[in-house]
Amino acid sequence: MTKVSMTVNGKPVSGEVEGRTLLVQFLREGQGLTGTHVGCDTSQCGACVVHVDGKAVKSCTIFAAEAEGAEVTTIEGMANPDGSLSTIQQAFQDHHGLQCGFCTPGMVMSAAALLAENPKPTEAEIRDYLEGNICRCTGYHNIVKAILAASGQDVAVAAE
Amino acid sequence: MPKDHGIGASQKRREDVRFLTGRGRYTDDINLPGQAHACFVRSQVAHGRLNGVDTAAAAAMPGVIRVFTGADFEGVGGLPCGWQVTDRHGQPMQEPGHPVLAQGKVRHVGDPIAVVVAETFEQARDAAEMVDVDITELDPVIDMKAALADGAPKVHDDLSSNLCYDWGFVEDNRAAVDEAIRNAHHVTTLELVNNRLVPNAMEPRVAVGDYNFATDDSTLYTTSQNPHVIRLLMGAFVLGIPEHKLRVVAPDVGGGFGSKIFHYAEEAFCTFAAKQLRRPVKWTCQRSESFITDAHGRDHVTKIELALDKEGHFQAIRTETYANMGAYLSTFAPSVPTWLHGTLMAGNYKTPLIYVNVKAVFTNTVPVDAYRGAGRPEATFQLERVIDKAAREMGIDPVEIRRRNFITEFPYATPVAVEYDTGDYHATLDKLLEIADVAGFDKRRAESAKRGKLRGLGLNCYIEACGIAPSQLVGQLGARAGLYESATVRVNATGGLVVMTGSHSHGQGHETSFAQVVADMIGIDENMVEIVHGDTANTPMGMGTYGSRSLAVGGSAMVRATEKIIAKAKKIAAHLMEASPDDIELKDGRFSVAGTDKSVAWGDVTLAAYVPHNYPLEEIEPGLEETAFYDPSNFTYPAGAYACEVEVDPDTGKVTICSFAAADDFGNIVNPMIVDGQVHGGLGQGIGQALLEGAAYDESGQLLTGSYMDYAMPRAGDLPSFTIDHSCQTPCTHNPLGVKGCGEAGAIGSPPAVVNAVVDALQRAGHSNVTHIDMPLTPSRVWAAMQG
Repeated sequence: MTKVSMTVNGKPVSGEVEGRTLLVQFLREGQGLTGTHVGCDTSQCGACVVHVDGKAVKSCTIFAAEAEGAEVTTIEGMANPDGSLSTIQQAFQDHHGLQCGFCTPGMVMSAAALLAENPKPTEAEIRDYLEGNICRCTGYHNIVKAILAASGQDVAVAAE
Repeated sequence: MPKDHGIGASQKRREDVRFLTGRGRYTDDINLPGQAHACFVRSQVAHGRLNGVDTAAAAAMPGVIRVFTGADFEGVGGLPCGWQVTDRHGQPMQEPGHPVLAQGKVRHVGDPIAVVVAETFEQARDAAEMVDVDITELDPVIDMKAALADGAPKVHDDLSSNLCYDWGFVEDNRAAVDEAIRNAHHVTTLELVNNRLVPNAMEPRVAVGDYNFATDDSTLYTTSQNPHVIRLLMGAFVLGIPEHKLRVVAPDVGGGFGSKIFHYAEEAFCTFAAKQLRRPVKWTCQRSESFITDAHGRDHVTKIELALDKEGHFQAIRTETYANMGAYLSTFAPSVPTWLHGTLMAGNYKTPLIYVNVKAVFTNTVPVDAYRGAGRPEATFQLERVIDKAAREMGIDPVEIRRRNFITEFPYATPVAVEYDTGDYHATLDKLLEIADVAGFDKRRAESAKRGKLRGLGLNCYIEACGIAPSQLVGQLGARAGLYESATVRVNATGGLVVMTGSHSHGQGHETSFAQVVADMIGIDENMVEIVHGDTANTPMGMGTYGSRSLAVGGSAMVRATEKIIAKAKKIAAHLMEASPDDIELKDGRFSVAGTDKSVAWGDVTLAAYVPHNYPLEEIEPGLEETAFYDPSNFTYPAGAYACEVEVDPDTGKVTICSFAAADDFGNIVNPMIVDGQVHGGLGQGIGQALLEGAAYDESGQLLTGSYMDYAMPRAGDLPSFTIDHSCQTPCTHNPLGVKGCGEAGAIGSPPAVVNAVVDALQRAGHSNVTHIDMPLTPSRVWAAMQG
């Protein structure tokens, strides 16, 4: 067992982990942050995406020990300080960008990373960026729409 | 003006806030004090004799509490099948046993043999690798026709063959259909495969069993679409626990699509082991494990013949289907290729004579059961493909041949035992032609051609039977369950309502749309209505969510219960205002006496019900709580028309979906935004089936597509934005909401549109020999078709 320390959603946390403990296990089981989900075992589905030092990372793909000293943000840390939904979260609700909610945390984290890199993406750029996030419920239609809306673009025009 | 509240309003979903902030509570988020972890040891071979299981080394591993094998389940019931099909000779289907853990034989890769329970999951997994399983491999049967050959290895030694049943429908029509086809002006024949799919809800299955030895109560937390059904099946048929000592909770569930209807071995195991060990036992499915344990879908091999007269009127249909059951009968498997498939073979058309033959076959593969659409996609696909082929052979426009045969008068009794209550197939087809801009296709095709791409247009219609189902009818057809739904409406003293429903929401947004219905009936704010579902301890016995039934059946139960509430509330209001109950009107949450200015508020009445000081106690009881069970008198029949445009790359065979349009008639609509989302999702799965998805087994019974590295799930870049419309509405005539259901339409209607479009593209490019390509239409298949 080794001790690992990092900042999660602005708070310093630490814990004892096995070498094989994944970051997602540390977050879910160690920190009780169950918003980050595990949907596969081959790093394909993206339900576990979190931000590590500002970058979107599949938390099933790195060991907890590798995040030593990192700044980690999970879905629990995405709302505004007053608890209201952030722009991207609100856009997902407004445009019905989620159904069962299981892929949603990863989708929101990927979408936020996309908009940080590319504030006005086209529909094609959004669809390309979401290559690592699988949703089984929405057919992606409203997820794409929500991200366009969150970027401040006219949904109807941008979708052309 | 779009409505801003009540029935017909696109209310934002209340459940979204918890899902968007990481505050959902899925089964894997539940951890109980003292919980142990289970890891299953599964068969790595498709078929074998199980000689012995040596657990000694595993039991000695760190943290191991106990290792269970089939021997621990001797005397425990097997997993039951909920539907008994009778074959064309009047005999019941062959029904094999389905043990919780393998007894004597293993029958598919993934069949559970042993389970290690340990302090942590990692310890359980480490120890599971030390379980020594002695298996003598037997020849497997994978291909259905090979499984039916004389001398084929038997999946179940105690059955006479691998044939589960040979079903004929309607058997009395058989001779007349044969005669009509023999004498027809033209007969179009098509052989096709409806590819095997893996449902792949994004949340893998999870089960947590708990047992309180002080009270002898068992609790199972599970990823289920129907917790009451699991309680009944597991309690009565597997573990022998009466319902009052067994609670089943299905909290937030991350998608189901049918795969979470069924009662699975892991649920029974965790409940059983928790009692044995007197501590909670949790199992969380790994995705690669779900590929070999969750029931698969589809997997039909079909030959269909369509007889036409010289004007293209349909005279008769004859189909022969081989339907894969897999190694065991999953909960509702026998019903899918029969009563959910044969009954839909009329489609939207007035074909006078239809005969459907289905041979259900056991093979050494994962069990196959209902997956989004369940039987209806298989019916729609073969029918709409053969119509397209017939239109081409007879030189009739594919739109025209459909119009020529549409059912136009309702109610309409089909020759396959169902009666459509209402519909307008010309209206949805007209709407489709408009929204898909079919008139502009030639121009778009020319533009594609300039870029060297082959463009094609595919259209089709569909109909489905939803709102499952009239209990007495399905009882006659072999169902071992009723298919009503229930609701309890509890009004609190200060006027808020809690509605407890047997339906279950796992993505459908019931907490929002159900509240819209009840609030609309009373005329109060939707935020005053809370929807409770998913826990047998606080909901009335209900059959759950599948078959696009929740609003049509569960919503109708809610309406009936709310009507009882309103009737009683009117009596209380009449007493308060010293008027006759017959004169009381309820509008916008106020009760008034007709023709006067006297009124009392909703809250005055609800308070009086619970503080009955001024109250007609001699006539009515205090309190305001009512329950209703609703049993539908018929199925509902959503229908519509879909169009797909594709571009095919002639060099590679790659198919790109350029556009997809859907015009659906779902009857009345409660929340248009949610309905849109249901259609989008269904289209995603249907297009996935058509282009990408397919479960592939090799000859030895190994699943080649056992992870997301191999099984092609549709990703955002594989799909277009959709053009959809549901303004054509012929309300259902027999349920109080006039709703039909929308959950499966997209998955039912879209595969034939895609395949019709690709065949159209190739035909237009001169590949006149290409009349069909089996799904999924991978580049290699399309390219090969162009070479041949």
